[in-house]
Amino acid sequence: MDARLAALADRLRGLLGAEQVITDPVRLRTYECDGLTSHRSTPAIVVLPDTAEQVAAIVRECAAAGVPYVARGSGTGLSGGALPHADGVLVVTSRMRRILEIDIPGQRAVVEPGVINLDVTRAVRPYGYYFAPDPSSQQICSVGGNVAENSGGAHCLKYGFTAHHVLACEIVTPDGELVELTADGPGYDLLGVFVGAEGTLGITTKITVRLTRVPETVQTLLAAFDSIEAGGGAVSAIIAAGVVPAAIEMMDALSIEAAEAAVRCEYPPGAGAVLIVELDGPEPEVAAQFAEVERLCRDAGAFEIRVAADDAERALIWKGRKSAFAAVGRISPAYIVQDGVIPRTALPRVLARIDALSAESGVRVANVFHAGDGNLHPLVLFDDAVPGAEQRAEEVSGAILDLCIEHGGSITGEHGVGVDKSRYMPRMFTDADLDTMQMVRCGFDPAGLCNPGKVFPTPRLCGEVPGVRRGAHPFEGKADLF
Amino acid sequence: MRPLDALAKVCGDVRPGDPADGVLGVEPAVVAAPRNVAEAADVMRVAAENGLAVVPRGAETRLDWGAPPERCDLLVDTHRLDGLIEHAAGDLVATVQAGLPMERFGEMLAGRGQRLALDVPLPGSTVGGTIAAGVAGPLRSLYGTPRNLVIGLTIVRADGQIARSGGKVVKNVAGYDLGRLFCGSFGTLGLIVEATFRLHPVPSSTVHVARSVNGPQDAHDTVQRILHSAVAPSAVEYISPGTVAVLLEGVPDGVAARARKTAELLGEGAEITDTAPDGWGQYPDGTTLLDVTAPPPALRDLLTILGPDTAATWSGSGHGHVALPADTSPGEVAEIVTRLRNTLSGHRGGAVVRYAPQKVRDEIDLWGPVPALTLMRRVKDQFDPRHRLSPGRFTGGI
Repeated sequence: MDARLAALADRLRGLLGAEQVITDPVRLRTYECDGLTSHRSTPAIVVLPDTAEQVAAIVRECAAAGVPYVARGSGTGLSGGALPHADGVLVVTSRMRRILEIDIPGQRAVVEPGVINLDVTRAVRPYGYYFAPDPSSQQICSVGGNVAENSGGAHCLKYGFTAHHVLACEIVTPDGELVELTADGPGYDLLGVFVGAEGTLGITTKITVRLTRVPETVQTLLAAFDSIEAGGGAVSAIIAAGVVPAAIEMMDALSIEAAEAAVRCEYPPGAGAVLIVELDGPEPEVAAQFAEVERLCRDAGAFEIRVAADDAERALIWKGRKSAFAAVGRISPAYIVQDGVIPRTALPRVLARIDALSAESGVRVANVFHAGDGNLHPLVLFDDAVPGAEQRAEEVSGAILDLCIEHGGSITGEHGVGVDKSRYMPRMFTDADLDTMQMVRCGFDPAGLCNPGKVFPTPRLCGEVPGVRRGAHPFEGKADLF
Repeated sequence: MRPLDALAKVCGDVRPGDPADGVLGVEPAVVAAPRNVAEAADVMRVAAENGLAVVPRGAETRLDWGAPPERCDLLVDTHRLDGLIEHAAGDLVATVQAGLPMERFGEMLAGRGQRLALDVPLPGSTVGGTIAAGVAGPLRSLYGTPRNLVIGLTIVRADGQIARSGGKVVKNVAGYDLGRLFCGSFGTLGLIVEATFRLHPVPSSTVHVARSVNGPQDAHDTVQRILHSAVAPSAVEYISPGTVAVLLEGVPDGVAARARKTAELLGEGAEITDTAPDGWGQYPDGTTLLDVTAPPPALRDLLTILGPDTAATWSGSGHGHVALPADTSPGEVAEIVTRLRNTLSGHRGGAVVRYAPQKVRDEIDLWGPVPALTLMRRVKDQFDPRHRLSPGRFTGGI
């Protein structure tokens, strides 16, 4: 470690105590990656603050020393958003796990950033409430991470994303100041842009979340189809009928095979696709719409429909879907989890193209998706023992993103851009678009120390006055960016 | 070349301003009405080259909100930017230009059984103005405000660059969400030219259930019973002088059963009607209008301060409007605003004055405390370094 970082570590020990500052190389290795293990970088220093004031003091020290820092919650992110900086500080929020306030009359709770997503729901469930964002990792992911990534989940089709369930955040700005951002206060909606900024605008230290009333009833069915096309037809018919289900999930034959091998979910044999449709809300409402959904599935060619009679049967239906990512490990030594979005109506066309891509390249692709909102999670399978296989899989994975963009979709629906997809951003946005987004970053973090190198392929020079050049720029000729 | 001539070279509808174009009394030198996004970009570029202060205008329904601009050289009128770009009904998504009136947009969508789940309290208001003011009505309880429904936004920057964020799909976390940042930015960050919205199906059945309440405590308790029930309302409203009303939407059988349950929860005297009660979805009447942020537990305090005679509406989402009549003296307005801010701050709320007579404006701070003002100023400086976009219209002199 160089002298500057060593001096910073000493100052941080002075702030936090020696136990909460890690510089031992072996212990640092624990933090070298998040859920995206293909990118690794060991941080110079890891700090484990207890309080917002400590986080602010850490940021001030980093700013004074010109050292970059990255915040990390539970490290479950899938785009490398919490990938540490090798010459920087990793601020881990795992000791900030207090639920500070539960306000049922106001339908809100105030939590620290390290609080586990599902723990919010556990704490308020006795009052008939829950925290709606439900990413698959909700048993371990942190609310602070949800804020950074604007996390969704299977039920965001009806209930929206984290941005819709966060009313206020106390943040530490890159200046090291504690400031509250609110959704409904006077002035700019800075909260709106902070949520989903992947930790590049500051560190969240306190989150006021909206609590959602537990629905009176939940009904879940599993419908089996011969083909993905038939399943896709059912999805379109349900949406066209004006039904807004809580969730519509689809799996193709290969992902069903994997789930079967892993958890014996016993989905109908011979299915080319299964659809899981969940409705929730007031009983009479759900009863009427559920009957219609069953009919629409049958009309679309479902050869078997199973309706969950109770929570246990519902869990069984969801078991295959929820285990799908991990299950693919049973049928392939390695795989890439892709996250792309297309307009729902483009589903049949895009899936046919993915099939063709797979056939041409010989790379197998298992498809699992949030069909209701067109969010695809293709799992691109490869054998990491075969030379060149990973690269071929990467190529197919990238080609799938191109398909998403070509059809008017997005390169990420919920996993974020992070380090993984910043290179794809120019395929979706122009230089001017990216430059404009980075104006916000320059406003918050002109020094570029807060989670640098994420989201954007090239940083913007913050001193630059937009659109007005003062003399020759050293990087002139490289569009509006440097 | 004079600015007017320079603008006329790039835009087919340019004329000198007149007193009727005044923004809170500040008369623009020139009015330009671009007919497409490219023309709007050219207009903004010419404005930048000439150092012109620019104020966007939709249908003028909320142009009297906020402070008057420090100067206004150019008014950019969006009424010719009124096209529907795309309605992808199967995807429940539509893209429109900023000058399209909300009601006309609603009619276009209704033909396919869909809607943008935002109320239109002021007839004629445009899509762009609705976003710029960040406004919503009773449906905000379930569907939120424009920030929840805008999924893609195209703006023209102060320097004339066209920039997009978001996209055409609802689920999308690629890049910063500038759509949310622009909601409620009152023309101070850029010119909004196109927006893509998430849509919802028009419910097949709708009823209102309402009951008169007796004072602040009863209003509070009645709202609480509905909020913590399983009737899943689309909106819960308090409307002065003393009505709590609930909107239920869904399939006919479901709505009928929920309406009965809602009536029971509201208590004796509750009425189920097919039409909305008086005052539903409208701003209360007065010459001074306040926006209040008041979470449900604050309703009792809010109504206690206002007393039975003040016109007010409030949504169960924690947001309300208060109107004060013309005969309220500036000192009285200032006192009410101060009392509201002091009390609501204890509930993490606040009060912002949207419009008021000039003599009232002279006595009060329209905005109240703004915790993140430093950051807001820095964001503004990035988007508009020369402070030419609606200068002085917004909080903190932005």
